[in-house]
Amino acid sequence: MLQRMAIIAAFLLLALPLRAQAPSLADAAGRYVLTPQGSRLSFSVPAAGGRAIRGRFVRFAGRIDIPADNIERARVIITIFPESVATGERRVDNFLKSNAVFDVAHEHEITFRSTAVHRTGAATATVEGSLTARGHTFRETFRVRLAEFGRGRARFHVEGRVLRSRYGMDVGTPLYSNVVDFDMDLAARRG
Amino acid sequence: MLRNTKDGYGLVAIVLHWTLAVLVIGQIGLGLAMLRVADKRLSFDLIQWHKSIGLLILALFVLRLAWRLANPQPAPEASLKRWEKTASAAVHRLLYALLLALPLSGWALVSASVLGIPTLVFGLFLLPHLPVEVSEAGEAFWRSTHHLLAFAAILLIAGHILAALRHRILLRDHVLQRMLRPVGARKRERT
Repeated sequence: MLQRMAIIAAFLLLALPLRAQAPSLADAAGRYVLTPQGSRLSFSVPAAGGRAIRGRFVRFAGRIDIPADNIERARVIITIFPESVATGERRVDNFLKSNAVFDVAHEHEITFRSTAVHRTGAATATVEGSLTARGHTFRETFRVRLAEFGRGRARFHVEGRVLRSRYGMDVGTPLYSNVVDFDMDLAARRG
Repeated sequence: MLRNTKDGYGLVAIVLHWTLAVLVIGQIGLGLAMLRVADKRLSFDLIQWHKSIGLLILALFVLRLAWRLANPQPAPEASLKRWEKTASAAVHRLLYALLLALPLSGWALVSASVLGIPTLVFGLFLLPHLPVEVSEAGEAFWRSTHHLLAFAAILLIAGHILAALRHRILLRDHVLQRMLRPVGARKRERT
């Protein structure tokens, strides 16, 4: 009987994907590589009185380094491949890939490199960095929360707002907002 | 003279005629160009202009229709043969029907589109969508209808222009003159 209970308990523990209690950034120190599984790079562009454009980037790569001694020295580098943009509507995808927006025929990557990290709580921080798209680079700030952590894996929830006109993507304003809302889940494994 | 008489058109009818003529011919050119330009950004902007101008045409046409109903209809030129009067009346009725149906079918096309792109008329106010079914099939139906009506309008307008030039150049009568100078001004010139 005791042996059976022990086996059930072991299964339950293994079934817990990540740590249940609120994770802390300090606990998550280490080097991570972003993984597609569990990640979702979503964005939306509100429309004036209409349906917002909602989409996501399917292909991306990146790494996150969180030093154990000082969280604020953390480094984040993310590369997004805009030809992988997906909205669920082929015509919108083609438009976003065209010269009107991402111009994927000439611009293959959007990159973000962090320059400063400011801890705002046990599991939260703001990450400042340089966002480069279509040859334009500007400083942007994203809010980051360590959502899950355990067994060598972490999931960061990231939110931020970017003015698309600065990157030469102002088509459709003011019909569609100049502000792009990013709401992303970045899953990473130690590596 | 502002108002029509039995002898000819007044200034308001003439101004409305030529304003609509310029807008409709420009609108047809814009409609053909916006679907053919390779630059997707330019294409998007041209489509938004096409939608705004279409609504302006509809508004001016309603005004013109109201003005026509509130004014006497000038009698046809006495020199016209019977078949010419019949053909002229038929072309005018068809043109009126098209000037109503073309903007409405365009409005229905925008409303039925699964893309749900709002219409911000000249960047000033939002035009609500018509209560039509939003679907790929509905959008395809209204697109075909709009295109068919546009090509019918091109043929009718070409016929209308050629007929007016025939009267001016070959027959040398006053048919075109009636739409160039208001009835009061022409009478003063004759006396």
